[in-house]
Amino acid sequence: MLASSLLGWRLIALPFIFAVLLLVVPLALMAALSLWSQEYLTLSRTLTLANYQEILSHPVYLRLLARSLLVAAAVAALTVLIAFPLAYYIVFYGGRFKAMWLFLIIIPFWTSYLLRIFLWKIILGYNGVINSALTSSGIIASPLTFLLYNQSAVIITLAHSWVAFAVMPIYVALERIDRPLLEAALDLGDDWRRRFMGVTLPLAMPGVIAAVLIVFISALGDYVAPRLVGGAEGLLIANVIQTQFTKANNAPLAASLAMTILLFVVVVASCLWLMRRRHWQQNPGLA
Amino acid sequence: MAYAAAALAAKSRAGVSMKMSMHMPMRISPSPSTPQKAPKLLRGFFIICLVFLYAPVMVLPLFAFNDSSIVGFPLRGFTLDWFRQLPHETMLHRAAANSLVIATSTAIISTSFAVLVARAITRYRFHGRGFAFGLIMAPVLLPEIIIGVALLIVLLGLGIPLNLWSVIGGHVLVTTPFTIAIMLAAFHNMDQRLEEASLDLGESRFGTFRRVILPLAMPGLAASLLLSFSLSLDEFIIAFFLTGVDPTLPVYIWAQLRFPSKLPIVMALGTLMVLVSLVLLSLFEYSRRRWY
Repeated sequence: MLASSLLGWRLIALPFIFAVLLLVVPLALMAALSLWSQEYLTLSRTLTLANYQEILSHPVYLRLLARSLLVAAAVAALTVLIAFPLAYYIVFYGGRFKAMWLFLIIIPFWTSYLLRIFLWKIILGYNGVINSALTSSGIIASPLTFLLYNQSAVIITLAHSWVAFAVMPIYVALERIDRPLLEAALDLGDDWRRRFMGVTLPLAMPGVIAAVLIVFISALGDYVAPRLVGGAEGLLIANVIQTQFTKANNAPLAASLAMTILLFVVVVASCLWLMRRRHWQQNPGLA
Repeated sequence: MAYAAAALAAKSRAGVSMKMSMHMPMRISPSPSTPQKAPKLLRGFFIICLVFLYAPVMVLPLFAFNDSSIVGFPLRGFTLDWFRQLPHETMLHRAAANSLVIATSTAIISTSFAVLVARAITRYRFHGRGFAFGLIMAPVLLPEIIIGVALLIVLLGLGIPLNLWSVIGGHVLVTTPFTIAIMLAAFHNMDQRLEEASLDLGESRFGTFRRVILPLAMPGLAASLLLSFSLSLDEFIIAFFLTGVDPTLPVYIWAQLRFPSKLPIVMALGTLMVLVSLVLLSLFEYSRRRWY
């Protein structure tokens, strides 16, 4: 045991130290910084909760936080709604071409992330793809302006950005389901709807939860889509952190906003994690 | 767009019918629970989703070849001018070179880390194993902006200059969980008896690793290198915080997006990048199939 322990640690030491230096230390410093305050050009190192008080006392920040959480949740929901049927189709009807279908789904994600988001601006924009198609076919007289520069545009764009990352865990979960279980459900008289709700979906839940987690967290930390397609009312908390840190030069406030997001991430992640654990305990066959 | 939808529809039909013919010989043990054909509703939804996924990629070349400096409809005519201007954008070349250096270093370091971690996790049980693994995998559960901000705070605090290495550090941190996932799967599927046989036959530990384990893990290694390379090449959120005077390609593109006159050139660049990654991906898929 001791020899094995040493060998194991010898292998993992380097990546572990790297993670401590580039993750634990920076996060600890960020937590410290959030308790300091910016006084014009100098940093005051007396511990204070002033930054958090400022966040709590300004409705602007609370609104932004609430909006960011809502948008991230909506993005996660929409992404899973798109990713689940894709994964389901490939697993159960992909036949010999499963690999090819997965490949086809991944290809669009090899376009630059920034350009993909920017291209949604062109698709949804005033002179964009949708408006041009609708006006030239005579369905509408003048271009629609509600497509771009709002929260729905941000949600659509971000959902599109993360579909591939959601398809993978769901695909793996569906692929793992024992086919005899599905056959048994039918043999025992379930129709496909009851089989889906009673067998397929519960067994695919770990994949769905993983997908929700990945997408929710990524959406919470994105400032590109809100900036490019969100307009004035679409800006999110990540945009504020970015501007406070770079342009407004109030690093302590940015740090405390980042700490607040981190808190939400930890809460959401542990809730989902517990759900997954509970799920595994109820379905030990999966683990 | 209509053409793309039609092509996808045709492909999906071909796929289904070929699948059916493939399943014919297996009729001996019928499995009534898996219908041969997907329900119409599901197939329709699948195609709509594919169109949604491909929409931006389809729009990209339209404007790369469009003879107008305005990125919008109506389209004007065909031109290669935007591609011709690419060789004259010197800042673009520098950004591309920076990104290649960063992505290559990230891929190598991140994959080496993944090999170490995956070996330790699959072969040894040791104290603090779960803790160490959890910490190394944690970046995947953190919004990128938090990682970017936290790293920048440390670098500024310690007075370390921002350069390519700061970006590489950030990228290794966020790509390692993905490469570890790949290498864990690769080592997991490996027959452990091969390793034991090699040791029994007198090969040293290192020799076994180099001559038995690594070749067996080759497809995983290739996938890991490719994934971390491309994740790094495309990463913007962290790179934006950690680049100094030398921009990466995404940071350069971000700056260009503010100038409407530059947009068609960016579209041309984007089209080229899609083509390159398509070739890379296809080569990878091809070699992966050959391997097995």
